[in-house]
Amino acid sequence: MISRSCLGIIFSDSYSNAMPELTSLRTMGSVPFGGRYRFIDFSLSNLVNAGISKVGVITKSNYRSLMDHLGTGRPWDLSRKNDGLFFLPPFNSTLGTYNGKLEALILVSDFINMSKEEYVIILDSNIIGNIDFSEIIDYHREKGADITHAYLEGNYPEGDIPHFEINGDGRITKITMPGIVYEGSGKYGVSITCMKRTFLQRILNTAKSENYTDFNRDILLKDVDKFKIYGYKINNFCTVIDSMGKYYDSSMDLLSSDKRKSLFDSDRPIYTKIYDDMPSTYGINSSVTNSLIADGCKIEGEVKNSILFRGVRVAKGAKVTNSIIMHGSYISEGSSANAVIMDKYSVILPHKNISGDKTFPIYIGKKLVV
Amino acid sequence: MSRKQECIAMLLAGGQGSRLGILTKNMAKPAVPYGGKYRIIDFPLSNCINSGITTVGVLTQYQPLVLNDYIGNGSAWDLDRENGGVHVLSPYQQIKGTDWYRGTANSIYQNINFIDRYDPEYVAVLSGDHIYKMNYSKMLDFHKEKGSAVTIAMLEVPWEEASRFGLMFTDDEGKITAFEEKPKNPKSNKASMGVYMFTWKKLREYLIKDENNPNSSNDFGKDVIPAMHAAGEKMYAYKFDGYWKDVGTRGSLWEANLDLLIPSSGLDLDDPNWKIYSNNPAIPPAYISSEGKVSNSIIAGGCDIGGETDYSVIFSNCVIEPGAQIKYSIIMPGAVVKSGAKVFYSMVGENAVIESGAVVGKDPQECEKWGVTTVGPELTIGKNAVIGEDLMVEEDVKDGEKL
Repeated sequence: MISRSCLGIIFSDSYSNAMPELTSLRTMGSVPFGGRYRFIDFSLSNLVNAGISKVGVITKSNYRSLMDHLGTGRPWDLSRKNDGLFFLPPFNSTLGTYNGKLEALILVSDFINMSKEEYVIILDSNIIGNIDFSEIIDYHREKGADITHAYLEGNYPEGDIPHFEINGDGRITKITMPGIVYEGSGKYGVSITCMKRTFLQRILNTAKSENYTDFNRDILLKDVDKFKIYGYKINNFCTVIDSMGKYYDSSMDLLSSDKRKSLFDSDRPIYTKIYDDMPSTYGINSSVTNSLIADGCKIEGEVKNSILFRGVRVAKGAKVTNSIIMHGSYISEGSSANAVIMDKYSVILPHKNISGDKTFPIYIGKKLVV
Repeated sequence: MSRKQECIAMLLAGGQGSRLGILTKNMAKPAVPYGGKYRIIDFPLSNCINSGITTVGVLTQYQPLVLNDYIGNGSAWDLDRENGGVHVLSPYQQIKGTDWYRGTANSIYQNINFIDRYDPEYVAVLSGDHIYKMNYSKMLDFHKEKGSAVTIAMLEVPWEEASRFGLMFTDDEGKITAFEEKPKNPKSNKASMGVYMFTWKKLREYLIKDENNPNSSNDFGKDVIPAMHAAGEKMYAYKFDGYWKDVGTRGSLWEANLDLLIPSSGLDLDDPNWKIYSNNPAIPPAYISSEGKVSNSIIAGGCDIGGETDYSVIFSNCVIEPGAQIKYSIIMPGAVVKSGAKVFYSMVGENAVIESGAVVGKDPQECEKWGVTTVGPELTIGKNAVIGEDLMVEEDVKDGEKL
């Protein structure tokens, strides 16, 4: 692999307030996903798979579970003498914690200034996809861009997301921030940006003197003509999770073979913390169909169209359909769960029937007993 | 000089395990896959770390590549240590010449320098080919309490099986009074598990004596232990009651895997207080499709199950296509069973491919003399080929061929 000297910076708590249920006790980055992963595993693995070996993780609050998950960074091969994983909690600030992304980057400018890498990729932790970042860096270099911004094409998602107009060369010529709700389709930004580290330093200096806080509004929107901003189209399965509905739908997407294979490409594996659970056991009268089952589960009942995280127990006569059951949860004898998102270590007592709707799944909080 | 350790372990992992046949063609027995995501060596290594033994020498000789690669720096078992940790010890060249390990005792003899670096009081000598969960620190307590020179872990086996084992006779205190090696008519059912706890000073002395004896075969069971017994050293048997299985044959490996599906077997890998660690690849959860039918089975991560599995252990990254049928079988990592293929009462090696319509193995009730059929790693069984019971497939099988 040719050397692509590049630094990674991950915002671990972007849009945390968009899914209050799942993020009241954790940051966005540590939200469980896909049976055995946390959101941040995808960003980290994408960086590492592109040969990037220095990654800073910016956090704001509720980061205990994230620290626990990341540890020394060993599962991602980021526990090393030189470079590796850098945890960047709120620090060195007279302002308290930051508000916008620019402010957060200003607060960690020591980390950026003391790095030697030529390029930097900055991204959010709620982007689920298997994306070849080395291609983004190559594209950025080839185009001689100031900033390269990833984008997807399709129906606009809800939320305050920049919409792009892009010319034949790939340069972004117009950016709009439509506000919260929008209909229609087109090209919209996915928060992965690549630039030279020195360019980032320049932006941060300006931002500091001008009191800019918001990267999208104060830099992208304002300077679309001044800077050469290029769009990099993501062709693989990629989803940005910023609401409970999106969380549920994106999880269920994994039951589709194409999307699952695109996400778990064996050439670019997704790494995560290892727990050493035994493989799952399926009882004599169990029935499991169209489901994703992580290690350590014991299934005696029926599971259909669902995702089971590590160590889930489904007792005899219990029925789980269209649901996401997180680590260590228990569905007791004779009970049923349909369209339910059960957070870690929650329990459904015997002979209870809990049913939500696929368009509005019921959420059962961490360690709750129903 | 490394820091002193009270007890270190030496793990005998050099054996070929020739009775496993094709499964050990390219790897040593301790590296053979087991239980969906493990390899046999995970058991002694996990037992060590769970017993507080953090220095382990792994003696390798036969086909060590897979094993070396698997052990790596030992981090999977928390055995990557500044002081101690896991060390792979292969035979090496010395001033007086180059020597392979000539026997189990000789392999330890050749590594006296390694052991002396840690200046241990006790050395545990362990086999690398048994499936069991055992707390060696309790055995060490027993060893210290008795002031023993060597303590041998002992299991009371069913009388009808006793003749397959090295047997011991003990007094009420557990003191060993006599040995009997695989007798035709056993008078004891106290079998040695191949787990020894030595007082290092004593063992060192007897290893040197044994090395200087030209008539010795340099084996623990045949030479060193009898010599210590003859010299009147204090020897005790430490009673173990739990699941223990020597997986030295294809039949016993198959059985030991299926034992995981029998709750009463006494082998629980799901015990949070005694985890079995292993080197985990980065693979997604298993996917069971809408056509999949899984009953009484273990399915490891990364699998894609579209067919039917009953009473079977499916290892990591296997693909069982729709319409395929797996019964009473062990499918090792990365193997593919295509649509309409049937695998009954068999073991399929790593990355083997069973093409569509092929039939591997047979139900014991349909056979005169049944035995488990084994398909070697990386092989392809052609379309509609038929392979009977009790066979070991060592080469690719052509489409439609019958064996």
